[in-house]
Amino acid sequence: MTAQAESVAVPAAQAAPVAAAAPPAGRAPLWQATPLGLVLLLFFILPLIATAVVSFWDYTEYSLVPDLTLRNYREMFEGCADFSSGGCTTLRTYLSTFRLCAEVALVTVPLGFLVAYFLAFHVRGEGVRMALFLLCTAPFLTSNVIRMISWIPLLGREGAVNQALLALRVVDQPQDWLLFSEFSVVLAFIHLYTLFVVVPVFNSLMRIDRRLIEAARDAGASGWQILWHVVIPLAKPGIVIGAIFVIVLVMGDFVTIGVMGGQQIASVGKVIQVQMSYLQFPAAAAQAMVLLALVLLMIAVLTKLVDIRREL
Amino acid sequence: MKLSVATLQRPRGAVEFIGASKRFGAATALEALDLRIAAGTYCCLLGPSGCGKTTTLRLLAGHETPSDGDILLDNQNITLLPPARRGTAMMFQSYALFPHLSCLDNVAFSLRMKGVAKAERHARAMEMLRLVEMAAYAARLPAQLSGGQQQRVALARALVTNPAALLLDEPLSALDPFLRGRVRAELKRFQRELGITFVHVTHSQDEAMALADLVVLMRAGRIEQMGTPFEVFDSPRTIFAARFIGGHNVFPLEGGAVAVRTDRTRIALMGQGYPATVRGVEYMGTGFAVTLADAAGEEFIVLRETADGLAPGETVGLSWDERDLRPLAAEA
Repeated sequence: MTAQAESVAVPAAQAAPVAAAAPPAGRAPLWQATPLGLVLLLFFILPLIATAVVSFWDYTEYSLVPDLTLRNYREMFEGCADFSSGGCTTLRTYLSTFRLCAEVALVTVPLGFLVAYFLAFHVRGEGVRMALFLLCTAPFLTSNVIRMISWIPLLGREGAVNQALLALRVVDQPQDWLLFSEFSVVLAFIHLYTLFVVVPVFNSLMRIDRRLIEAARDAGASGWQILWHVVIPLAKPGIVIGAIFVIVLVMGDFVTIGVMGGQQIASVGKVIQVQMSYLQFPAAAAQAMVLLALVLLMIAVLTKLVDIRREL
Repeated sequence: MKLSVATLQRPRGAVEFIGASKRFGAATALEALDLRIAAGTYCCLLGPSGCGKTTTLRLLAGHETPSDGDILLDNQNITLLPPARRGTAMMFQSYALFPHLSCLDNVAFSLRMKGVAKAERHARAMEMLRLVEMAAYAARLPAQLSGGQQQRVALARALVTNPAALLLDEPLSALDPFLRGRVRAELKRFQRELGITFVHVTHSQDEAMALADLVVLMRAGRIEQMGTPFEVFDSPRTIFAARFIGGHNVFPLEGGAVAVRTDRTRIALMGQGYPATVRGVEYMGTGFAVTLADAAGEEFIVLRETADGLAPGETVGLSWDERDLRPLAAEA
C-alpha cells in the first residue's frame, strides 16, 4: 500500500485555495482594494497617527503645545508603584474596567452560546430561524438614550421590579442596588452585547457538519459529551470572536457606564471623555494609546487560542 | 497485512429486518421491509437515490427508528437500542472525521466516551491504526490527510468498537476512480478477515457486483430483487432490475418484455429477428459496442468482436438464443 505516496499531495492541496484566490491578474486586485484602502487610511489610520502624535504633546489650561514629551504618560502612571494607598487612579480605573469586562463576558458568552445553539440546532424552519434572529436584534431598534432611560421605570426605587418585590414581600424596602450600580451597568451591557456573541457563534455552529454529531452519537456520546467534545471545540472560533467583540466594546464604553452607573463607576472610557471635556487632549490621547495597546494585547492573546483566519 | 483481531472466530452480524417501515410525514421511505442477511456477509444495498437504501442503513445503525416492524442483530432485537449499544458501527459518507481531533483521538473517540483511561484507549486506537496501516499518521489532523487516508482512519474509528456489523454509507463516492478500485479490494479483504457483516450502500452496480455476497436491489422503498451478484445480473426479474443493473437489452415483445444480455444479443440480417436501426458504433478495445434503436426509439446495445462494416442508418435484425431470454415482470 502506498499511503506515503498519497500524503505527498497534502501540502499542495492545502495551499491550493490560497493560490486560487490570488490569480496572477496584474494590478487589478490592487485597484479593487483601493477605495476601501483610502477610506481606512483617511478615517482610521490617519486619526490614529494623529492621536499617537498628540499624546506626546504638551498642554496648558488654554492651549496645546506641539512637543515631544512623556509628561502625559508619566502623569498617568504617577504613584502607580506605591500600593500602600491602593494603587494609583489609573490602575484602579483599569481594574474596574477589567472587572466589568469579565463580568459582562462571563454572562454574555454562555448566554449567547445558548441562544445560538438553540437557533442553529433546534429551530428547523429557515423562516422561523430568521424571525427569531431578528428578534435578537430588538435591543438595537431603539436609540441608546431611550433604551437606557427605559431602565429607570423598571429598576428605579419606585420601579416595577421594586414594587413587585415589595408586593411579594421578598424585601421590606425598595432596593437601591438595582439602578445606578455596577449591577445595572452589567445588565445593560448584557442586554446589548449578547447579540455580538450570538452572531459569530451561530456562524460557527452552522458550519458544523451535522454528520459529525451523528458520528459522535454512533460512537456512544451522550448529549452533554457531544456538546463538550464536538460542538464547543468546533464553535471555539465563534466563541473567541464573540468574546473579543464584547471585551472591546466594554473597554471603550463611557456612555452606558456613565448613565447606568449614575456617573459613579470608574472606567477608562469615562476618564478619556472627562479629559476631553476639559480640553486636555494630549492626556486623553495618551490614555487612548494605552487603552489601545491593552486591547490589542488582549486580542493577541485570544487569537492565540484559536485560528480566526480559518473562520473569516 | 496482519490482523490482530481474532480472524478465525465464528462469523458475526446476522441481520434481520422484519416488516420494517419508515414514514417521514406522509412520505413512505421504506415499506414493510423483510430482509435477512446471514452472519459474515458482504451485503450491498443498491438502488437509485430515494429508493430507501440509506434509510435502511440508518434504521440498522439506530439513527432512525422504524415506524413499524423490528430489526434484529445476531438474534437480539435492537429496534429501540441507541446506536452505540447495538453492536453496529457506521462509516459515514465523506467519513465525518472530527476535524479538531488527531487521527488517534478520532479513532479513540468512542472509547473516550465510554470512559476508557487515556493510556488504554490510545493503545487500542493505535492498534486499529496499525491494522489499517495508518499508524504513521496518528498525530495528523484529518485535513492533513488525502481522501484514501481519511477513509482508512474512518474505518479504524468504526472498527475500534469491535462491531458485529459495519455499516458503510457510500464509502467510495468521495474517492477518485483510481483509488476507488483499490479501496474496494481492501474493504472486501477486511470484511473477509474480520468475519463480520458489512452492509454497504451504493448506487453503483459495479461496486455491488465486485464486492457483494448479497445484492439487494431497491426501488421506491421496496426490495426489487435480491440474490448473489450472478443471480441478479444473469436473471433480472423486472424491467427496472434489468435496466438498473445494466448490460441488458430490454425488448418489448408481444408476450411481455424480455431481457437479453448485450453480449448475447446478435445482429442478424435484415428481415430476421427484431428490427432495429444502427445509430452508432464505438470501439471499446476488447470489441465494438453497436448502438441501435427500434421504430419506437427504444435503444439497444450489442457487444460484438467485429464491426463488419455496420454503418449508422443501416437497418438490421436483432436475435438471440432462446436460453438467453429472460422474461421480465413489470413490477416486483
